[in-house]
Amino acid sequence: MNSRLSAITLNTFREAVRDRVLYNLIIFVLLLVASAPLFGQISIGLERLILVNVGLSSISVFGILIGIFIGIGLVSKEIEKKTLYTILSRPVRRWEFIVGKYFGLVLTLVVNAILMSVGFYVALLISEHKLTGADGHLLIAIYFAVLEFLMITAVTLLFSSFSTPIFSAIFAFALFVIGTFATDLRNFAAAAHGMTKWFATAAAYAVPNFASLNVIGQVAHDQPLGGSLIVMNTLYALLYSAAVTAGAVLIFERRNLK
Amino acid sequence: MRSKKTVLIVAAGALAVCFAGSIFALDGATAARGGESTLEEVLYLPSGKALQRLSLGYSSLLADIYWTRAVQYFGSRVQRSTRYELLDPLLEITTDLDPHLIVAYQDGSIFLSQQPTWGAGEPDKAVALLEKGIRNNPEYWRLYFTLGFVHYVDRHDYKAAEQAFRKGSEVPGALPWMRVMAARMAEKGADLGTAVALWQGVYNNTNDKELKQTATMHLDSLRADADMNELDRRIQLYRQKTGALPARWSDLIRAGLLPGIPLDPTGVPYKLEANGQVNIQDPSKFKFLGEFRNK
Repeated sequence: MNSRLSAITLNTFREAVRDRVLYNLIIFVLLLVASAPLFGQISIGLERLILVNVGLSSISVFGILIGIFIGIGLVSKEIEKKTLYTILSRPVRRWEFIVGKYFGLVLTLVVNAILMSVGFYVALLISEHKLTGADGHLLIAIYFAVLEFLMITAVTLLFSSFSTPIFSAIFAFALFVIGTFATDLRNFAAAAHGMTKWFATAAAYAVPNFASLNVIGQVAHDQPLGGSLIVMNTLYALLYSAAVTAGAVLIFERRNLK
Repeated sequence: MRSKKTVLIVAAGALAVCFAGSIFALDGATAARGGESTLEEVLYLPSGKALQRLSLGYSSLLADIYWTRAVQYFGSRVQRSTRYELLDPLLEITTDLDPHLIVAYQDGSIFLSQQPTWGAGEPDKAVALLEKGIRNNPEYWRLYFTLGFVHYVDRHDYKAAEQAFRKGSEVPGALPWMRVMAARMAEKGADLGTAVALWQGVYNNTNDKELKQTATMHLDSLRADADMNELDRRIQLYRQKTGALPARWSDLIRAGLLPGIPLDPTGVPYKLEANGQVNIQDPSKFKFLGEFRNK
């Protein structure tokens, strides 16, 4: 990574860490995870299951919310504060600014995921009194949550590159909801005919497929997950994120900042 | 300026290549995960009541999604598989989420009751689903029709079928033929004309493509059975008249026993065997043939 890119990345990370919304959400997640054993006591025999479901879902959903809330201001805030002009007046290219912002937010989310995972495993240890091999299996779901963060960051950055923060948040959140039902959309496309089939297929590939990355149900029940799924999902998240980030670069390069 | 153009070209290229690659990767991930992974997840949370609380008031929307999943699950297996283990949980969740989703009871019960590979072969579960539908929608008389249909066609319980048609006929707004159906059940039990009337009712009541196709195939088979019974009768008449079996259809036409070459419901002539038996040319088009054929 060149020095300009790494400088923007680290600066974005530092700014995000200073953001109060970030801390509030982390505390909320930790509280939720810590209270999970209490839910388990209400549901006899399901303590571990509920803890795993609540913990992993929290890591995924709150990571995505953090990604959206911070991502929407990445470009617009710099324009609003006029700091963007200072940055771009230096030998920093526009694509470096976008890609650096992307890496900075991804770094923030990965650090968050690590913190949340530590909290989750501590809660699991308190609840179960020991960690087993099956608990290690849960890391796959956390890894897939990180892949979701790569995608939602790219999507939010794309909207942030041309829209206002509030609309960016609405668009990104709507895509997240649609993406969780992407498999249903694909099934619908498979059953449809004619033009509807073409539109539905195009929409199914265009939206980020978060359903493919959600394996919480399987790991909670200790169902095996093939290595090919991990490889294919990794490839998918990386390629989709790269495509959307390239789209953000294209828009930002052509944007009139005067 | 030149550098900006290069960036735009590289970004556009990266967008196209990466997006195309993501399509292949997603297909690979879907294949690695197995086609029904999303559906199998219903077994992790099989309670529609719990889902209703989690849906934050959007239970009707969720019911539509689950009904779509049930239809797609059925459509992917009909005529291909004998196992439909997720069908009943999907229908239960759908109707828990939206107890007034009539189509889920009406079509879903027929998906459940039909014999494999045409359905799950679970008529008792179909009856339970319909009774749940009637409890939740007592004013909808057509559910009684479907209940009577399942009792008659799949459970061969003519008394239960008669009761279902009779109760349905008492619902305000029910069509008068419900009472006729109840009387026919009481009088005749298994009867070709009744079976035709019931399958015609199923055909008219549904918008589902697969179910309409199944009803059409049943109706064609029943009509072919009726035709062949009638042709058998006319061949016997010819035999009594001439003392020999007809060699071809034209013998019956000349004898004034047939107006023309007899055609099956798909428009293909029936086959007259040398021993005087009547058959159809392509039995693969009539999957349910012989149910009401006279011995």
